Order: sequence, then structure tokens, then C-alpha cells
Amino acid sequence: MMRFILKGIIRDRARSVFPFLIVLAGAFLTVLLFCYIKRMAVDVTKYNANLRHGHVKVMTRAYAKEADQVPNDLASMNVSALIKDLQAEFPGYFWTRRIEFGGLLDIPDEKGETKTQGPVVGMAADLLSPSSPEPKLLELQKVIVRGRLPQKPGEILLSDELARNLGVQPGEKATLLSSTMHGSMSMTNFVIAGTIRFGIRAMDRMGIIADLADVQNALDMEDAAGEILGFADDLLYHQEKSVAMAKAFNARFQGQTDEFLPVMQTLSEQSGMELIFTGLKYLTSIVIGIFMLAMSLVLWNASLIGSLRRYGEIGVRLAIGENKTHVYTSMISESLMIGVLGSAAGTALGLAASYYLQVKGINISGMLRNITFLMPTVVRSRITPFAFIIGFIPGLLATFAGTAIAGLGIFKRQTAQLFKELET
Amino acid sequence: MKRSFGVQYFLALALIWPASIVFSVLAQNPPSADLILERADQNAVTGNKIILSQMTIHGRRDTRSIKSKSWIQGNDKTFTEYLEPPREKGIKMLKLGDQLWTYSPDTDRTISISGHMLRQSVMGSDLSYEDMMEDRELRKLYAARVTGEETVLERPCWVLELTAKLEDVAYYSRKVWVDKERYVLLKEERYAKSGKLLKTLDVKSVTRVQNRWVQDVAVFKDALKTGEGTEFKIESIEFDVPIPEALLSKASLRK
Repeated sequence: MMRFILKGIIRDRARSVFPFLIVLAGAFLTVLLFCYIKRMAVDVTKYNANLRHGHVKVMTRAYAKEADQVPNDLASMNVSALIKDLQAEFPGYFWTRRIEFGGLLDIPDEKGETKTQGPVVGMAADLLSPSSPEPKLLELQKVIVRGRLPQKPGEILLSDELARNLGVQPGEKATLLSSTMHGSMSMTNFVIAGTIRFGIRAMDRMGIIADLADVQNALDMEDAAGEILGFADDLLYHQEKSVAMAKAFNARFQGQTDEFLPVMQTLSEQSGMELIFTGLKYLTSIVIGIFMLAMSLVLWNASLIGSLRRYGEIGVRLAIGENKTHVYTSMISESLMIGVLGSAAGTALGLAASYYLQVKGINISGMLRNITFLMPTVVRSRITPFAFIIGFIPGLLATFAGTAIAGLGIFKRQTAQLFKELET
Repeated sequence: MKRSFGVQYFLALALIWPASIVFSVLAQNPPSADLILERADQNAVTGNKIILSQMTIHGRRDTRSIKSKSWIQGNDKTFTEYLEPPREKGIKMLKLGDQLWTYSPDTDRTISISGHMLRQSVMGSDLSYEDMMEDRELRKLYAARVTGEETVLERPCWVLELTAKLEDVAYYSRKVWVDKERYVLLKEERYAKSGKLLKTLDVKSVTRVQNRWVQDVAVFKDALKTGEGTEFKIESIEFDVPIPEALLSKASLRK
């Protein structure tokens, strides 16, 4: 029977090509979008955790309220003791200090006066301690464009785009003009060790990275830090565990009103990340649903046209005694077969395109000028085992639904009138 | 005699009565807003002056004081050297017209402050560089109207509402309280175009120095920040003193 149907599909292409192409297109887009979403979820989580928020973040309550403005005057103090507490209370996690800061980077001319200058958004992390996990977390070796990583105090990394705009090369001097945590003016000389490109718009436009000790000294933040980031030892974000940790930590200070007490927040509580995580979680289902609905409507319509074209054929089959249910199921089987073929072809194409994105990627930096969370500027995808079957879900369900609805007309045919219809 | 006195009395009345009417009308009707502003500007913007002042910044965590000495020529040339505390000691600032430079001895660098940096706070105070750079002649920047009379610091004041005549002013509108007799500004509110209050100035004390009225203690507050604002206190002021031209130049920053 299946062989008979398959022959019919191949020989009568008028009945199979259009539904096949629709299923192919739907499966292709489903697979491609699924792989893209999977990669984006991984990248957005990783970038936001490693570069900005950690899996959990400890700040003062006052700092947390105004975190978007990087209020270093409200930073945590005596952070060494605080980190010891955190290490003892939460084994399986490691903790790093970060300082985010803003300012003006000024490039001197030969007289020591301003040649060029530009606003910068900086991040200070422990780059020089031999045991520091920061170079690995920030993947600094991968993002170096020119020059090298800082090797001694007083060296910074500058975004390559900013370096080109300011007309500076690695090895040249730059002065950071900023504010200390007490609000005083801070002017500090640095040497540009290298230039970097993260592939993240927010960092690449005006970012600088400096060693924590240098910035603590420049901003008068001895044993102070704006943020203490906590990472799981396996570097994976465990949402439930992070929430439980934050709850336990914050409960210690419940009922106290001091705005400089520490508060712990999870990654998903930062910069609208919860909305992004929820969106990404449901996006795959939404994409499949949309494609399935659209394909069902198109295939229903195609099946209706096919039924009209095959009106005579179905009539003859019923007239020679074939059961209506049998005709109906054979048409559904035929559609499912088209669905399988279309889904297989669409999945193969989708996987091929996803593989290209996984390896090469597409640069979309121009579209990401004003986003507040860290998002990669190169579109990439990630092929997972589920990507091999996800295209079949809308492919088969849509063909089944489309034909099942359109084929209901078979049951409305009056057997008594078949010969009369066939005569005409 | 009697007649003579009567004539004199009549003559005196004839002369004094119209004058008293004129004075009473003047006392009830305010002078034009432009005139009030002009007098206030004249009082604020003078020739040369040297000021030793202390700025007390009330932060959310602590309070700190910064001492500085400024040499001011008119309203467009100012050289300031910070004297205390040790971290700020030796930092210098030079304002020449609409340009501003700062010098720090630690870096031996002279840096031009421009663009978005002008909106940043000066030494963590409630004052921005933009506030510091502002041309104090309000009459040139704002159209004024008198809206009432109030008492501030136990002094009768005209209340003026100022609206910007130009596009590139830091504050679209202001409300100022000007002492009716001394023409000294005793209170000020600065607003954005949206009507949002941005900064306030409350003069706490006015003193007489070399026949001029000087606001020697004032609190300047950024209304968008929490905290108690920044208190400015003039420890000494000298008017009309010669200031060497070499001091008001970029070269003097590194000396």
C-alpha cells in the first residue's frame, strides 16, 4: 500500500510538488531558527554571566538600586572579608571582584596636552594574579586584535573600534579621567597593552578593561568593589540553585535597613535578563506553532484544490466500492508521506544552513546599537540532537491537519449520486 | 511771620507731596525685571577677585571638605588651585571663555574638559563643570519677568521667573529671589524644559566686603541626587586686585 502511494506521489507530481515545497520551507526555517535560538540562549547567558553579572552578584543595596548608573560611591567595602564569608557559605562557587566605571580617555600629544579624547565605559577585573580566573572568563586571549594582554600594572586593553577612533596604537599612553568612589577627580596614566573586539556592541563601542588593583588605586577603592560576581565551578548557570543561594544570603539581613548591607541577585534578576530567559524558553515553541499554523493553512488550501482536481478519481474509487474511511486514510497517508519527504529535505537544508552559521556566522552589529543587555553581534547557531527531528513536528502535523480537514468532504459524497456525477 | 510760615509750609508741601507720591508708587511697583537682573549681574560679575573658599560635600556615605583658591578676571577667566585634602592638593583648573582645562600633578597631564564630561560633577559636588562654565550674566541668557515678592533670609526679595532666550543654555528656566535693596541673589531654582527641578541654590549668609555684598555661605543642590547638597563657604575675598596675565594661561597649570 505504502509503495503504491509513493509511486502515486512520484508519478503524479502535480499533487505532491507544492505541498512538498511548503513542508520543505517550513521544516527548513524551523530547524534554522531552532538552532539559532539554542545558540543565542547559550551566548546571551554566557556573555551576560561572564562579562557582566556572574551567575549571582553581590552588591550593596544602594548600589543595586542604581546599578545601571554604576554608582561606585555606593560600592561594597571590606570585600576580602565578604568574599571569605561567601566562600565558606556557598561551596562549589568561586567569587571575583569587579569594578565598572565610566570616564574620559585622553590621549596626549608630545607636550602632554590633549590630542584626542573620548568617553569610555570600563571594567576592572583581576588580570594579573596567576590564579585569577578572569582572563579565562573574559576569554581575553580570543578577543585580542592588536598588541597583547596586560602583563604588569598600569596596562589596559582598549576596544579596537575606540582605539581606531582615537588614533592610538598599542604601546601608547592614555590618561583616564574619572571620579573616585568619594567623588574626587581621578586622573591616571595607563599604557595601552592591546586592543580587543568582543563582538558585542556594548563593549566594542567604547570599552576598556583594566586590572582591578590599578582601578582600585585610581578610584580610591582600597579593598572595595562595585560588584562581587559568583560563578558555579562548572561555569554553567543553575537557575534554581542561584535563586536558593540568593534567598538564603538575603535572609541574613532581613529586617535591617542599612542601605550599605550586601544583597545578592541572580543572573536572571539583572538588566531585564528574566524577560530574555523566559522569551528564549518559549521562543522555540512559538516558532514551531507559528510555522505549523501557517503551513496547515496553506496545506489545507492545497489539499482542497487537490481534492477538487481529484474529485473524479475519488468518485470512481467510491463507486467501485472502496470504503470512504479507507479513501480518507489513504489520502492522509499520502500527505504524511509528503510530510516525511518534505521534512527530511527541509531538515537537511536547515542543518546545512545552521552548520554554516555555527562555523562562519553573520555580522549584525549595525542592528544592535541601543540594546541594554550583552548580545553577540555575530549571528551563530548551535546544532543539537533535537535539531534533527524538530523539523518533522510542524512538517508532519501540518500536512496531517491540512489533509484531515480538507478530506472531510469525502464523507459528504452521496454514493447514490456518484454515477450521475461521473456521467456529467 | 504767620503768613510767612504758611507760605513756606505750603511751598514745602507743594514740593514734598508730589515727590512722596512718586516714591510711594516706586515702592509699590517693582522696577523692570531687566533692571533687577542687570543690577544683580553687576553685583555678581565684577573685575578681578581672589577667593579662598571651602566646599563641603555631603555624600551618602561621608562628608568631605575641599579647599581651593581662585583668581577670577571678569566672568570668563578663572584659575583655580585645590589646596586640601592631600588627594586633591595641586590639581588646577583653568577656564578661558568657553574652554576648560584641568591639570593633575600625579599624571603631569593637562586635559581639556569638553563634551559630555561638562555634565559631570566637579570633585563629587552637586556642581557640574557646565555650571562652573556658565556665563553669570543672566540678563544676556534669559528673558525675565517679576512674579512676586517674598522674604528670604529676613530680607524682602523680588521673585523673578527667567526663560532662556538662547537654545544652548544648561537650564531652560530659572526662578530667582533677588534682594530688593542689595540686589543680591538669595535663592534660586533651575529647571529643565520639561519643568523638572534640576538644581537649587540657597544662600545662607551675606556679608559686606569692600563696599560690596557677597554671598559668603550657600548650599548648591542637585535635585536629582539624594543627599544634603554641597556647601560653599568663602573664607576670604579680595576685589580689584591685580592678577598677572601669565597666571591665566595654560602654561601656568604645570607650574
